Amino acid sequence: MAERRKTVRCVLALIGLGVLVLLLFCLNVCIGSVNHPLPDIVKALMGQNTGGTLSQILWELRLPRSCAGLILGGALALSGYLLQTFFHNPIAGPFVLCISSGAKMVVALSMVFLLGSAIPVSSGMMILSAFVGAMLSMGFVLLLSRRVRGMSMLVVGGVMIGYICSAITELVVTFADDADIVNLHNWSQGSFSGMTWENVWVMAAVVAGTFLAVFLLSKPLSAYQLGESYAQNLGVNVRLLRILLVLLSSVLSACVVAFAGPISFVGIAVPHLMKKLLGTAKPIWMIPSCFLGGSVFCLFCDLLARVVLAPTELSISTVTAIFGAPVVLWIMVQRRKGNVS
Amino acid sequence: MKRSYVHAEELSVGYNGKALIEHIGFSLGKGEILTLIGPNGAGKSTILKTIARQLELLFGTVVLDGVSLSSLSGKALSKKMAVVLTERLRTELMTCREVVSTGRYPYTGRFGVLSKADAAAVTEAMELVQVTSIADREFTQISDGQRQRVMLARAICQEPEVLVLDEPTSFLDVKYKLEFLSVLQSLRREKRLTVLMSLHELELAQRVSDYLLCVKGDHIDRFGTPEEIFQPGYLRTLFSITSGSFDEDTTTMELEKPSGTPRVFVLAGNGSGRHVYRKLQRQGIPFATGILFENDLDFPVARALSDFVISAESFAPIPLSALTAAKDRLDRCETLLCCRNTFGPLEQENQKLLDYGKSTGKTVRFLTEQEGDGWQKY
Repeated sequence: MAERRKTVRCVLALIGLGVLVLLLFCLNVCIGSVNHPLPDIVKALMGQNTGGTLSQILWELRLPRSCAGLILGGALALSGYLLQTFFHNPIAGPFVLCISSGAKMVVALSMVFLLGSAIPVSSGMMILSAFVGAMLSMGFVLLLSRRVRGMSMLVVGGVMIGYICSAITELVVTFADDADIVNLHNWSQGSFSGMTWENVWVMAAVVAGTFLAVFLLSKPLSAYQLGESYAQNLGVNVRLLRILLVLLSSVLSACVVAFAGPISFVGIAVPHLMKKLLGTAKPIWMIPSCFLGGSVFCLFCDLLARVVLAPTELSISTVTAIFGAPVVLWIMVQRRKGNVS
Repeated sequence: MKRSYVHAEELSVGYNGKALIEHIGFSLGKGEILTLIGPNGAGKSTILKTIARQLELLFGTVVLDGVSLSSLSGKALSKKMAVVLTERLRTELMTCREVVSTGRYPYTGRFGVLSKADAAAVTEAMELVQVTSIADREFTQISDGQRQRVMLARAICQEPEVLVLDEPTSFLDVKYKLEFLSVLQSLRREKRLTVLMSLHELELAQRVSDYLLCVKGDHIDRFGTPEEIFQPGYLRTLFSITSGSFDEDTTTMELEKPSGTPRVFVLAGNGSGRHVYRKLQRQGIPFATGILFENDLDFPVARALSDFVISAESFAPIPLSALTAAKDRLDRCETLLCCRNTFGPLEQENQKLLDYGKSTGKTVRFLTEQEGDGWQKY
């Protein structure tokens, strides 16, 4: 009985999240600094030419941007969920564990280098360098996690490494040419702006593949959640699973950083909110709902970033931090409570 | 010779390639219970974890039902062996039923969805350890005793042939300890489960085990039946007991005996003196006691708490030499504590001793039950 109730709750939550994603996606497409009546927008989307600019704004700016928000938001939340599972640490995430900043550093380095030698930067190359950076900083975090005990120490260590990466990035940016700096500056603040359809297709392919792989791992993940020893006793190849977890979460956060730059707090906040929403931590439910939840969160925050001070755009991290940081604080307070009782 | 079901030979176990304990060997039949005993940090957990393949086996072989454990795949092993470890299970937002059903992992498909048969196995395991009533409670919200039983249910529904339990009773109170071990006994009877576990409670280890493996630091000290292991004086050496004592026959512990020359003589017997001895021990008063038959309930306690015990062979008349020795000892005491009202026909020497004490002007106090706390001074 109780189990059926749980299942129903999870299904309803997933449906609700799906509806929210659709709704926010539409809002993101319809609302912007240039306001147009809804019928015009619908017509433009249906392919009827209603005068060039609107169609152009929708097809070349808003739609790819909304798609990117949807895909990358999901990827970010999923990556956070994987890292939390990996470290058995509820406040782990790609941003706090410096994986984003490591990826950012290598991307900045390669961008400056490539632009300096006049080689065009493709999305594939961006992802690759972000992935290298993510793996690099993940390596540092793994080394650190062997030395320090306790979830807060790991996070503090991650933040420190993140600062080092940011410092190096700043240094590179300072010495880069003017034109590059503008480019880099926007990007390093985190933003969904300037997405092309090519970007969208690449990220969709990478994220879809990774999502599928993660979903196929949901059973061993459920065993891994119990603790390594018990997972091992249940026949899980713990070592292989750990490697896969690191790789998959790095691919996801690398993909986000490559296209949108570092975005804070989505990775920590969304999995936690989803756990509360679902009332279970089972990966088979958590994986899809984290993805959808991340999409909702990012679409919502991007909408605010564009609309609140229009025509000036806020950086996406500004908005995600406002909504995400309180959630993190809430998690920490709750943990403390749990420890006492 | 009976066929051995679990057979370990020349095992070396340890961490990071460094052997801590070498030459471990034992043999068990199906449905038998082996308990590892030994001092803290002696390596009981290391041995169990190595057998459960949580740690790398450095040398030697463990054969399970004719198959070497190291040749089994992780999945095959998970259907043969289930564990209850000291590490806490992480159970975020999981009900007890969900925790138990994680034991079905080796049997479910790609996405771990439970079939009807799986659900039935979960229910059966929960019924076996009697946790059905808390099935829908959250795992973190239940008591230690219940938690341990849920963990056992989880291991059972993995349908193993061997159970490996690392200190399963450590945090349980006496009721839960007994219940837990009773469940183990019924499992071995009904399901012919072979059990390997470590226990700190020697008295329980002696009662429940078919075999004991005594782990002492860098080697296995002994392997044998409880009767072979619980030989007088052995556990003292196994645990390097220096203060206090452990009596193998009664599996009771006594604290350190009070030192000094006794000024008090306790006239006891028939179990009347045990509590007096312990009270004196608590106050640090050395005492002499007698004359006790060697099968008297008082005798092991007296021997553990006093160097001055005058005893006599059971079921035989007390020899004159014992009475002389007792009188001699009484002469050197100031007080006679008498725990008895009447003396039986075969121990009239104790009556004589009492009379002797009275006649030589000793302070005589009666500590019989009727007198209650007449001994309060001591």
